[in-house]
Amino acid sequence: MGEVLVLVDEVDGTVKKSTTELLTAARRLGNPSAVWVGPGISDAAMATLGEFGATKVYVAGDADVAKHPVAPAAEVLAQLVAQVSPVAVLVPSTADGKEAAGRLAIRAGAGIITDAVDVTLDGDRVVATQSVFGGSTIVHSTVTHGVPVITVRGNAIAPEAAPVTATREDVSVSLSEAARKATITGHTAAVKGGRPELTEAQVVVSGGRGVGSAEGFSVIEALADTLGAAVGASRAATDAGWYPHQYQVGQTGKTVSPQLYIANGISGAIQHRAGMQTSKTIVVVNKDAEAPIFELADYGVVGDLFSVVPQLTQEIAKRSS
Amino acid sequence: MKVAVCVKQVPDTWAEKRLREADARLDRESADGVMNELDEYAVEEALQLIEANGGEVVVISMGPERASETVRKALSMGADAGIHVVDDTLGGSDAVATSAVIAKAIEGRGFDLVIFGSESTDARMSVVPAMVAERLGWAQLTFAQKVEISGGEVSIERVTENGFATVTAATPAVVSVVEKINEPRYPSFKGIMAAKKKPVESLTAAELGLDAATVGAAAAWSAVNDFAARPPKAAGTVVTDEGDGGVKVAEFLATQKFI
Ligand SMILES: Cc1cc2nc3c(=O)[nH]c(=O)nc-3n(C[C@H](O)[C@H](O)[C@H](O)COP(=O)(O)OP(=O)(O)OC[C@H]3O[C@@H](n4cnc5c(N)ncnc54)[C@H](O)[C@@H]3O)c2cc1C
Ligand SMILES: Cc1cc2nc3c(=O)[nH]c(=O)nc-3n(C[C@H](O)[C@H](O)[C@H](O)COP(=O)(O)OP(=O)(O)OC[C@H]3O[C@@H](n4cnc5c(N)ncnc54)[C@H](O)[C@@H]3O)c2cc1C
Repeated sequence: MGEVLVLVDEVDGTVKKSTTELLTAARRLGNPSAVWVGPGISDAAMATLGEFGATKVYVAGDADVAKHPVAPAAEVLAQLVAQVSPVAVLVPSTADGKEAAGRLAIRAGAGIITDAVDVTLDGDRVVATQSVFGGSTIVHSTVTHGVPVITVRGNAIAPEAAPVTATREDVSVSLSEAARKATITGHTAAVKGGRPELTEAQVVVSGGRGVGSAEGFSVIEALADTLGAAVGASRAATDAGWYPHQYQVGQTGKTVSPQLYIANGISGAIQHRAGMQTSKTIVVVNKDAEAPIFELADYGVVGDLFSVVPQLTQEIAKRSS
Repeated sequence: MKVAVCVKQVPDTWAEKRLREADARLDRESADGVMNELDEYAVEEALQLIEANGGEVVVISMGPERASETVRKALSMGADAGIHVVDDTLGGSDAVATSAVIAKAIEGRGFDLVIFGSESTDARMSVVPAMVAERLGWAQLTFAQKVEISGGEVSIERVTENGFATVTAATPAVVSVVEKINEPRYPSFKGIMAAKKKPVESLTAAELGLDAATVGAAAAWSAVNDFAARPPKAAGTVVTDEGDGGVKVAEFLATQKFI
């Protein structure tokens, strides 16, 4: 079985759930090898990668790779592609991941498929499933030239453990002059709450213009907390400054695909749908029975969110006590 | 300063999009074509940079004949000139080929910056700007919520999963912008009239020095095997709140084992 390279996504040294999903997918194609770009891989991170089946972990740990955006990951991957001729390269469908995959495709002379929701092996051909046009069309596609470079959407593939002992292999990379042209001079982290990360959450509770104010979001947060959910918002709500931008769901916000999405006071504009349409179960609370968001609802209530949502929160608390 | 801005014509955001049965390409005829919404922010940013620093904005698009409407729209917003790469052999290009064409159209024209939208609303790949940077060997400053220029240096705030990073480079650079960066202007009547007289250079792939064998559907490095409409979702249950709406949702969540 050939190697399948998986670019690791991590935050503060912790392997993200999306990486465990990619390793699970990679096992269907061959032998997964994780690729860690950046300094500071920990034993805990090595253990997580091994738990999900990475027999090898390539580590490009020079401090230099973290100083420049995107290009270093692409160059590390290109170097490994030349070295090990993998069956495929799987990359998380984040902004950084997609861009690194794009640059890699050019460097490696390879075709690219983005936002796959599944990957399978058909003979020796890697087939990707894409869900396009807001989930209305399912496409099966293949890379026909070079190593398949595929970005995989978060929450699309259920992670399954398959423990092995991961061995570390250090790679030294000499970045091109072009990769060093853009330099990261600082990071400004948004304040992080204690809730699950939006793109990884199993349940997302969102609020829109109907929430009416920043204070109004406390009703949304209370429901989210009884469900262990992440909070999302429509652009109307983030633009109004009621909720921070990083929680925006939609075309120009995050794409989420949770088991359960609860939309409160959101009309269902096409740009919002683009980010949540593939959620497994959708619940809607809106006072306008004509709101297009009801077209997506598995269960909908026509009513004022300020009475329905607190009652729901209370009822859940009652049932779980 | 000389700034290029890349714009793509896409089917109207509100129209239902579908693939053609015959060749699995996007059916661009069945819907009105509009400028990719996110590219309006790219045009606006280019215009603001030029208004502040002086210079010229050139709009670049690759697309069928009617994509010239999108080039005109950018001109009516205030861009000075256009380059429209139009060539039937380019139909069916994948992202790899698209980036090759755009890079060729940019190369050798003395641009300090090229500005893109952060994604197109049809294919939503968000890869073309990074690919063009890789091809040109220019600095990549993408997903910008803020762009600042001083002297020969560009600095942006790159939106990240959790906050933003400040990224700096010397020109020439490839920039892409997110929608919160500005508020795109509407073309004025005067702008629309003026646009009619602005120069648009129409170029073929061969005129750009591209080998026809490297672009278009036949040269694409990825291919659609098959596609199907997702089975329509079974209609859900919608109830009107009669004072027990919250309890009803809880009951539904319980039957679905969420609580
Ligand atoms: C380039 C571009 C990118 C965009 N990207 C995004 C994106 O990423 N994400 C996004 O969400 N939008 C995006 N939009 C904006 C999108 O078009 C809509 O404007 C936006 O989604 C509307 O948000 P909303 O549904 O909260 O507000 P509205 O459309 O105003 O809907 C509010 C809803 O709340 C209901 N309501 C009001 N009060 C109550 C109450 N007390 N109880 C119950 N219901 C109530 C109303 O009936 C209405 O249906 C984008 C637009 C553009 C042009
Ligand atoms: C549903 C669908 C799925 C597709 N999947 C794939 C795939 O998996 N792999 C693949 O290689 N190709 C794919 N394609 C083809 C791809 O859409 C084109 O190659 C496209 O021009 C580049 O991708 P994008 O539109 O997503 O651009 P993005 O990378 O999302 O666009 C970013 C920016 O680049 C600029 N830009 C993009 N195209 C042009 C243009 N023609 N002229 C001027 N500026 C432009 C715009 O400023 C835009 O905002 C797909 C097409 C469709 C319709």
